[in-house]
Amino acid sequence: MSKGRFGIHGGQYISETLMNELIRLEEAYEYYKNDAEFNQELNDLFREYANRPSLLYYAGNMTKDLGGAKVYLKREDLNHTGAHKINNVLGQALLAKRMGKTRLIAETGAGQHGVATATAAALMGMECEVFMGKEDTDRQALNVYRMELLGAKVHPVTTGTQTLKDAVNETMREWSCRVEDTHYVLGSVMGPHPFPTIVRDFQSVISREAREQILEKEGKLPAAVFACVGGGSNAMGMFYHFIPDEGVRLIGCEAAGRGVNTKETAATIATGSLGIFHGMKSYFCQDENGQIAPVYSISAGLDYPGIGPEHAYLHDIGRAEYVPVTDDEAVDAFEYLARTEGIICAIESAHAVAYAKKVIPQMEPSESVIICLSGRGDKDVAAIARYRGRDIHE
Amino acid sequence: MSKIHKAFSNGKAFIGFLTAGDPSAECTVDYVLAMAEAGADLIEIGIPFSDPTAEGAVIQEANVRALKAGMTVNGVFDIVRQVREKSQVPLVFLTYLNPVFHYGYEAFLERCRELGVDGLIIPDLPYEEKEELAPLAKDYGVDVISMIAPTSCQRIKQIASEAKGFIYVVSSMGVTGVRAEIETDIGSMVKVIREVTDTPAAIGFGISTPAQAKEMAAAADGAIVGSAIVKIIARYQDQAREPLMEYVREMKAAVRETE
Repeated sequence: MSKGRFGIHGGQYISETLMNELIRLEEAYEYYKNDAEFNQELNDLFREYANRPSLLYYAGNMTKDLGGAKVYLKREDLNHTGAHKINNVLGQALLAKRMGKTRLIAETGAGQHGVATATAAALMGMECEVFMGKEDTDRQALNVYRMELLGAKVHPVTTGTQTLKDAVNETMREWSCRVEDTHYVLGSVMGPHPFPTIVRDFQSVISREAREQILEKEGKLPAAVFACVGGGSNAMGMFYHFIPDEGVRLIGCEAAGRGVNTKETAATIATGSLGIFHGMKSYFCQDENGQIAPVYSISAGLDYPGIGPEHAYLHDIGRAEYVPVTDDEAVDAFEYLARTEGIICAIESAHAVAYAKKVIPQMEPSESVIICLSGRGDKDVAAIARYRGRDIHE
Repeated sequence: MSKIHKAFSNGKAFIGFLTAGDPSAECTVDYVLAMAEAGADLIEIGIPFSDPTAEGAVIQEANVRALKAGMTVNGVFDIVRQVREKSQVPLVFLTYLNPVFHYGYEAFLERCRELGVDGLIIPDLPYEEKEELAPLAKDYGVDVISMIAPTSCQRIKQIASEAKGFIYVVSSMGVTGVRAEIETDIGSMVKVIREVTDTPAAIGFGISTPAQAKEMAAAADGAIVGSAIVKIIARYQDQAREPLMEYVREMKAAVRETE
């Protein structure tokens, strides 16, 4: 079995043109991840620039309202740029700089990863180009403008379904044209090895902090942690340091779109099957001919037909549970959190809130849970208004 | 020895590519036969895929047209069956790994053996992952073609020494598509290949003119042309037989001029 495997999943199914670059990236990462100076610089950036550690907030109103376990929210939405994406991006940008790269390229769905990459590029004096599905540039117009303000060039992708999957295709094509000075900042725990490992490691700061914070507040581990899953980077970050704690349920919430019994869904574990795509073996939404399916979710960040290989493995061994959450449930949860706690979270994160809301009332008040609020919801406000039949101008 | 060697046994080879089902299955059968008649030594049939990440715009669009027209993996096998009723031209598939994986490796290879598909070019199956398919393919007598890119450097010898059928030398960085100039030092890549193997090497990516075909064939054992052919088919649709034959004759002549 080749490198970068999680059970049968993972691997490096990528064109020969990119193989040497992936090998170089792996070597650089293996060296710098143990380099004291590199880690010092990254931790300084986390603390001074990105606002880490992120808060673990006790959601008292929600706890009271749901009447079950105590609810804690891991506030990745309070990070600089408004989402967990910055954790991975600062790590990869710093690594790229050490490798002598001067240009960053990235795919983006909701635009959060693109904004984070544009931010890191501005900070570190690097060029930046972001590929974003045309449909997403329309539904997340605010983030397109943010990226441009930060000095990045945004390419709307008009091939295929014009969403995240096609943005990944186009970024891979661009990288294979120009690897010498360019690093591809992959935004999730997916793609060919070493990306799933690198992204997971940089995102694992979420659970490293959360585990310490909950032990300090509760004196014991939580009964469950919840996170939304598209490719799965905030979920992998939220799960990682809890994996050895077998009593902690790990629950990944997938975007079911209009429902897992419709074709308009992006719930990979619920509706997909084993396949090989975007550099990895994992589960994918695909048709009976092995063509990748055009998936759908209200959330541009979860609108992806695959799932990271480590999640596929955690699913296989039964260590993590993956559940579908529909658009309707996510929008309800989006509004619920705003009214109950005064927090407008990303529509992606609202998928985790929605499922947690169902489970928490059945739990004991002596237990606690953590929901990862992977991002803030400013970017979604106009789309939610439209969903509710109100047309507001951004 | 597979039939692929035959393609390289009459001097420098001209290899043509088209996407199966673009614009229709009937046309693909006819165009494969036409290219063979016009002198193509080996023909690559592309199995359309929803997300062809190694292709430029021209072949991407052909994939979209073929899938929209309803082409499936079984449909491609049926095209090969019809071609084989009339021609023994060496054939290989170009496909991404997922449609093959989804079909089932053994079932897919069994069909290839039955119908006389001599090799598989799979852009997302690099040396590191070839165990996925190569040992099984060997049992079925199907060659998994290795690719070597301008970035391969120290990997060339390792890849070439285990190569089967022919070696696909990628002329340029990036994706498939017509290019005005090919800047890679193909000569030195082929020289390294020659140090470890006699397996023929053919150059692809970016070749469209007779002058380019001549230059590339001179540096190796053959030239591969995809996007330029797909463009002709896109332009003439179901009337492409004559222009295709004319183009292939011209390119074949250019390739042979180098001898």
